[in-house]
Amino acid sequence: MKFAIKAVAASVILASAGGAFAQKGETVKIAWLDPLSGLMAAVGTNQLKSFQFIAEEFNKKNSAGVKFEIIGIDNKLSPQETTSALRSAMDQGARYVVQGNGSGPALAIMDALEKHNARNPGKEVLFLNYAAVDPDLTNSKCSYWHFRLDADTSMKMEALTTYMKDLPEVKKVYLINQNYSHGHQVSKFAKEMMQRKRPDVQFVGDDLHPLAQVRDFSPYIAKIKQSGADSVITGNWGSDLALLIKAANDAGLNNVNFYTYYGSVTGSPTAMGPAAAGRVYMVAYAHMNLPGELNKIVVDYKKKFNDDMYTGAVYHAFTMLSEGFTKAKSTDPVKVAAAFEGMKFKSFNGEVEMRKTDHQLQQGLFISKWEKAGGKFPIDSENTGYTFVPLKYYEPYVASTPTSCQMKRP
Amino acid sequence: MNPEFFVISLLNGVSYGLLLFMLSSGLTLIFSMMGVLNFAHTSFYMLGAYFAFTISGVVGFWPALVLAPLVVFVLGAAFERYCLRRVHKFGHVPELLVTFGLSYLILEVVQLVWGRSTVPYGLPEQLQGPLFSLYGTQFPKSRSFVMLVAMLMLVSVWLLLTRTRIGLVIQAALKYPDMVEALGHNVPRVFMLVFGGGAALAGLAGVIGGNTYVTEPAMAGSVGSIIFVVVVVGGMGSLAGAFLASLLIGLVQTFAVALDYSLIHVFKAVGVAVTDQTFGYPLLKLTISQVAPILPYLFLVLILIFRPKGLLGTRED
Repeated sequence: MKFAIKAVAASVILASAGGAFAQKGETVKIAWLDPLSGLMAAVGTNQLKSFQFIAEEFNKKNSAGVKFEIIGIDNKLSPQETTSALRSAMDQGARYVVQGNGSGPALAIMDALEKHNARNPGKEVLFLNYAAVDPDLTNSKCSYWHFRLDADTSMKMEALTTYMKDLPEVKKVYLINQNYSHGHQVSKFAKEMMQRKRPDVQFVGDDLHPLAQVRDFSPYIAKIKQSGADSVITGNWGSDLALLIKAANDAGLNNVNFYTYYGSVTGSPTAMGPAAAGRVYMVAYAHMNLPGELNKIVVDYKKKFNDDMYTGAVYHAFTMLSEGFTKAKSTDPVKVAAAFEGMKFKSFNGEVEMRKTDHQLQQGLFISKWEKAGGKFPIDSENTGYTFVPLKYYEPYVASTPTSCQMKRP
Repeated sequence: MNPEFFVISLLNGVSYGLLLFMLSSGLTLIFSMMGVLNFAHTSFYMLGAYFAFTISGVVGFWPALVLAPLVVFVLGAAFERYCLRRVHKFGHVPELLVTFGLSYLILEVVQLVWGRSTVPYGLPEQLQGPLFSLYGTQFPKSRSFVMLVAMLMLVSVWLLLTRTRIGLVIQAALKYPDMVEALGHNVPRVFMLVFGGGAALAGLAGVIGGNTYVTEPAMAGSVGSIIFVVVVVGGMGSLAGAFLASLLIGLVQTFAVALDYSLIHVFKAVGVAVTDQTFGYPLLKLTISQVAPILPYLFLVLILIFRPKGLLGTRED
């Protein structure tokens, strides 16, 4: 085994030496700006570990022959803090920024980079957004320096409603979302897209509750039950999703299916447990049991941290950077940004493309269902013995949504 | 609102209210006895949940139900003895600040020991599943258990304070500490026991609340503000007031969720048409159900304006 690794390493070195790329052996500093304290600390910590862990994996072998170094800075989930964190990251020499939790901080980074890059030619910084899903970021507010690796709210809803339209049991849908931009958008796109595909489906409720304020969701569950809904669509994440599903389990609301965005994020799997089996669906660009290189990463990550590696977009980020460096023959963000535009690469969810018009990754999406782990899908979430089992895969063109982006290119 | 929804919501409201009461009773007790507003109170709640998680993994849930509050009691008493007592002579503000600091310290320690993620703290078999079914909606045993423990706690605290010698000494030490000391009682020790006892009550709430809801590092922060509302609305230092306020807030929050009415409906009723062009439309279209979780804070403001001593409070200052 050891010999095999050495042989592979040797051949990689030989192969890359043949290319004699300018960037070979360079260290690329990547600034990670996301919450490490407060409400989302658990999610942020998990994602920082994911970045560090996958950076190590890519440092062993990547097509560009570079070394990745992650600088993690706590942005406290606030746009204000994000701006100063970005400043500090740039002072430390980072020319690539990654962020994902919350579209507010993402927008703050985009604004800051527009100005910084215009004023400091030769010191440009690129932003890879791995999870902020507000469609505006690649539409009315799009920026040349921003690349989104997650699928946005409208893309996920497109795939989700495409799946739901073929289910005859879906007749009455209840929407429950967090009362801020993300929740509003989930509710808006759900209504629009469902109307188009299944005009007979009724919306029997449209609740918006304050973000991370509700401790007891049982009143909402009573309301859902009273409405006679058969399906619930929710973009809730974190404790808001965990407590919602837990309350549904407690009340024995077992004839209602939940269609979620963030079922696999820290906390929710534990809250769902066996009681929610077969009733919770998720739309995402990944699931825990994907084959290939990601599988090894997910397994090793779990072994090392006893935690789940659920942010697949981190893998996208490193693959795209490595291939972008190779293509641009440089790590200079200006050249790399140009190389990213329209770039296609193979990832865990099929061939993906960084769309040139709006810098939104076009990728395949999975609909999966919370079921007992085992057989072909052995990796469970949060050691619950249960996992999201994929039911359907949608090719990138199915979930693709049009863009209104009028990008200003430098 | 049909009768089915009414009964279910009533039960939900009462059980949530009783959990709030368990949480706030210790705070009320400490405040009324010692005049210390303990900012770290919900941290003891969190500790209770985490200790119960660890202990129940070793010896099972039922011993943990007793042991976890005991451990929290010891920690609370030690904090009073070695920290709070030292700053007591500097007045109220340092006391407040030291408990504030403690809450940060506990949060960090919890994150270091148990990590930042949710821990899988579940109830034992006997307490899982529904107790009874009403109109097809199940009422879980866990919630009934919360109600039972809260009631037992209320009764025993009340009996302890009014029917026993210890209670007598505690009450006397509150009003006439010098006199009680002159009679040969150790007043500082009484205070230490009271603080530990208050912390243990929060710990007990954590043992039960931790698995009814979710055990995670943010759990202390998320209930922190609401229990202050309970204590202020109920009347600073009044156990009965805290009980009343908890139930009231539990019920108000639960029933408000069902009301999808906004100011637009009010305007419509008096014949004024509101469109999305109207000034302040985003505010006007907010429904009562959307603001349900923040209604207690509105309630708090109203109470402070119209009845500053709270519903059943006796302190005028």
